[in-house]
Amino acid sequence: MSGEVQASTEEQQEMQDTVVSPEKAEEVKLKARYPHLGTRPGGSDLLRKRLQKGQQKYFDSGDYNMAKAKMKNKQLPTAAAEKTEITGDHIPTPQDLPQRKQSLVASKLAF
Amino acid sequence: MAGAGGGGNDVQWCFSQVKGAIDDDVAEADIISTVEFNHSGELLATGDKGGRVVIFQQETENKSQPQCRSEYNVYSTFQSHEPEFDYLKSLEIEEKINKIRWLPQKNAAQFLLSTNDKTIKLWKISERDKRPEGYNLKEEDGRYRDAATITTLRVPVFRPMDLMVEASPRRVFVNGHTYHINSISVNSDNETYLSADDLRINLWHLEITDRSFNVVDIKPANMEELTEVITAAEFHPHQCNTFVYSSSKGTIRLCDMRASALCDKHSKLFEEPEDPSNRSFFSEIISSISDVKFSHNGRYMMTRDYLSVKIWDLNMENRPVETYQVHEYLRSKLCSLYENDCIFDKFECCWNGNDSVVMTGSYNNFFRMLDRSQRRDVTLEASRESCKARQVLKPRRVCAGGKRKKDEISVDSLDFNKKILHTAWHPQENIIAVATTNNLYIFQEKVN
Repeated sequence: MSGEVQASTEEQQEMQDTVVSPEKAEEVKLKARYPHLGTRPGGSDLLRKRLQKGQQKYFDSGDYNMAKAKMKNKQLPTAAAEKTEITGDHIPTPQDLPQRKQSLVASKLAF
Repeated sequence: MAGAGGGGNDVQWCFSQVKGAIDDDVAEADIISTVEFNHSGELLATGDKGGRVVIFQQETENKSQPQCRSEYNVYSTFQSHEPEFDYLKSLEIEEKINKIRWLPQKNAAQFLLSTNDKTIKLWKISERDKRPEGYNLKEEDGRYRDAATITTLRVPVFRPMDLMVEASPRRVFVNGHTYHINSISVNSDNETYLSADDLRINLWHLEITDRSFNVVDIKPANMEELTEVITAAEFHPHQCNTFVYSSSKGTIRLCDMRASALCDKHSKLFEEPEDPSNRSFFSEIISSISDVKFSHNGRYMMTRDYLSVKIWDLNMENRPVETYQVHEYLRSKLCSLYENDCIFDKFECCWNGNDSVVMTGSYNNFFRMLDRSQRRDVTLEASRESCKARQVLKPRRVCAGGKRKKDEISVDSLDFNKKILHTAWHPQENIIAVATTNNLYIFQEKVN
């Protein structure tokens, strides 16, 4: 009985928030899509990601083969999982390979 | 070209030039990453993701034709940085030019600092318009003459030649940063400069490349305790002992190098108090400052966060003296902007020559002129549609919701891939350089 009462005041608060702040409404939307957001422990994910911004892992055949040998019976770690790790723990797989860089040419602004 | 650089909204802006390719298929290397006028405004430098620098020079005015505006033409272009590989960490170091800063001119040559994520370089750009001719031991094409055939001696002389502009790297400042360099700033003492990465700020001497002095270090002993990073830093324009740095939490710290060698403790902390009831998941992200710039007169500084521009009086730490909304209509789109990463875009901002107007970019190739003296603002667009010579730019309007008026564009129609992150204002005249993804637009004040 009291649980129901609690729920409705929470709903009321949320409704109020939506009316008062578009930002809060957006937060509700986001939390609905990603319920585990912000709950992971160990420092800010965002900041950690920022510190490694845009860094591609290169394929190291030595690492790859050693990992494969170690994990004969298990599956190789999937690429998607830990893109936030700095180094060492994440063995890049061929799927992680970045695109080949373009050859150096002159800037188009200079024409 | 009188222009004291004032009056943002009495000023009518006209298209002057556009540089870069027209095609929509943009190669990553062509993405412009920095734009900067030199101290006289005669030179305009751009850096791109491919590590290249292009410098444009303003043509000297044709006095007999006052309507003819001085144009910027290519002066020099060179490969500043190349991609590198850190073998220890198995990581690539991008060649993208993060910042270019000019040194004040001391002699015939021009100098600029350009930096990527890890390495800063000092480039000398010099002109050569004569060359020696008449060597005794060499032919004109460089082949050595047979000594036996030389019967007389002559004195080589300098003869005029077609102007050649050469760029050469004079200093390379390496290994100063573990994290990614986001800012460089030349000191008013003209001898030192600072470079800032996410967690540290270093002081360098322009002549010395093998060592650097660490002045700010906010790295926690345990990285799990990391709560904020440095986002930008700049030296005061006149006080050589003073610099500021901004953070991802929306604060600015002013440091005085006379107070101590290590400036971990700030002299002033600029922070606007937040209403805790308004706090949301996005609050900290959108409060992150992407750029900080001192005014030319040194009394104010401007900060850019995701949705606004704030002007701070250096004598008042507890709140900004002016706040301008850049694109408030995005507040109700934060969820999607977080999902497509746009919420992390780093917009820059700049002052005009007499500090009366500030400018910053937005999406859909829009940019905003905020007139401080007249408290007015206008939104303009850099697009290929308004590229006729001397065509006046029409103000743009975004409809936040509800009924869209004619000529307005609705928030949902905005192209979030067309971002103007980098803009620059000529130090004296009403000439602005606006960078879209891969094009550089130059707009000038309408002259009757």
